Amino acid sequence: MFYPLIAVSILMLIVLPLSNTLIAANTGAPAGVMAQWDSIMQRLPGDMALLIDPALSDAQRMILLGNVYVLAPFYLLIPLLVAMIIAADTFAGEKERRTLEALLYTPMSDRELLLGKLLAAWIPAVTVSIAGFLLYSVIVNLAAWPVMGEMFFPNAMWLLLVFWVGPAVAGLGLGAMVLVSSRVDTLQEATQLGGGIVLPFVLLIIGQATGVLYFSIALVVALGAGIWVINGVLLALTVRRFRRESLLLSSS
Amino acid sequence: MASSTINSIREHVPEIATEDQEHRPVAIDIRELSRRYNDQPAVRELSLQIQSGEVFGLLGHNGAGKTTTIRLLTGLIAPDSGSSRVLGMDSMTHGADIRARTGVLTETPALDSRLTGRENLQFFADFFDIDPSRARQRIDFLIDAFDLNERESDRVGSYSRGMHQRLALARAMLHEPELLLLDEPTPGLDPIATRIVHLMIRAFRSEGGTVLLCTHNLEEAERLCDRVAVLERGQLIAIGNPRELTSRIVDQQIEIEIAPRYRDRARTAIIGAVPGVTVAAAENLVRVDGVPRERIPDLVQALAGAGIPVYRVTPRVSSLEDVYFALHEDGRAS
Repeated sequence: MFYPLIAVSILMLIVLPLSNTLIAANTGAPAGVMAQWDSIMQRLPGDMALLIDPALSDAQRMILLGNVYVLAPFYLLIPLLVAMIIAADTFAGEKERRTLEALLYTPMSDRELLLGKLLAAWIPAVTVSIAGFLLYSVIVNLAAWPVMGEMFFPNAMWLLLVFWVGPAVAGLGLGAMVLVSSRVDTLQEATQLGGGIVLPFVLLIIGQATGVLYFSIALVVALGAGIWVINGVLLALTVRRFRRESLLLSSS
Repeated sequence: MASSTINSIREHVPEIATEDQEHRPVAIDIRELSRRYNDQPAVRELSLQIQSGEVFGLLGHNGAGKTTTIRLLTGLIAPDSGSSRVLGMDSMTHGADIRARTGVLTETPALDSRLTGRENLQFFADFFDIDPSRARQRIDFLIDAFDLNERESDRVGSYSRGMHQRLALARAMLHEPELLLLDEPTPGLDPIATRIVHLMIRAFRSEGGTVLLCTHNLEEAERLCDRVAVLERGQLIAIGNPRELTSRIVDQQIEIEIAPRYRDRARTAIIGAVPGVTVAAAENLVRVDGVPRERIPDLVQALAGAGIPVYRVTPRVSSLEDVYFALHEDGRAS
């Protein structure tokens, strides 16, 4: 179950930034790609000045565009997927393996049980995302050093993305999966049904890549705030509906 | 290995106490407890009391309400009506406190197959707030007592069914509970594993623990239980100690050995001497059902008076199994 997740993480945190950086560093930015990017960027609001700074070489601009902006929404898939997969395992997976009943006979209260399960998925998701971010930072700075000549990553937007939006996204994946898991009996059903939550993030990726939206600091702050509000509502719903009895009866 | 374990347990297990249990405190007090699932009654107006230190058997077919009763007692599910108190606490309001002092063996062992046997026990020790050094001692003891030493570091996924069940029972006893609620502890176990489980139950009881044993295994119930209750479709249909139930519910049956040629004459003589009995004859055996013990001499006298040589008269000892089937046949008939 964790192998696809490891593969996706390696792709997003290592393969994509490394290929973008190495291509830019070794071949220079392909002219067609940069022309397309310039036309997209010119349609965007004023704070894009840095990215179209004529003082930067094409290779430098490609490294900046790719690693700092295009891959930013991809990064959000890491906390989302890790949280969803662990949550599916701890709720639907326990039902499927029939290990839940023994836990229900412990003295834990319903609230402790819920909190324990939520944290058991949220903490690893946030930890893995932060560790992934550190790895990403090291890789892009090292690989781009010959071209950039300085440590260019992370910027303020990425720090907000990692420490403000990332934990919120992990919470969202978790909340969605807890709601789904209470209605299904197997891990497979849970991951299939809960997978729908990935869709808005795919739209973010497409939006950013096509220039429909741009991960500015304001957008990232607003995105994080919106997701935290949704998380609050999901958590309140889950706490209200979480009962030992319903877990037990749906697992028997 | 297993036999040495059995011997070491046996040394610590006195014979089942015969003292009067009436004066012991009540461990479980169930009053008119009812619970339905989707309009299907699972438990219907169940009332019974189990004394502290008693091994009490709850017998019944699948779906008779045994598992639901355990869930109700531990506060996992709420009753539709009625109430229950366990170790003096209300199941609805003190579920967590009851679970802290109760060990439950679920019908499926519910162990994490990705952890080793020892890790499974350590994981649960944390939930019961057992002091780490005490938990270690307790885990060592239970692994030894349940004969799991050689495989304690193997993943549970590689265990046999018997080992799963022994480990699950060890987990139920980990926090030194006062009460054990055991849902089918021995199905599918080999005789040695079954014996280990039985000895552990008796050891637990000899230390003052109370056991509610839900089982299909009537021989097990007869061997271990001070009293049993029979449930059918959620309703209590009989309660008592196994011997008392046998004499109360199952008609006395005797077998008489005669020469085959006297079969018809014997049948007439028996019915004439003790009206109301049922007589079945085959070869040289005549089986008589429903004869009161005090009428057996009349019956023998009648046979002798009819000139029939009697070679042997054997009362058939009824078992809990006879009680169980008699009760369920009545249930189906009614």
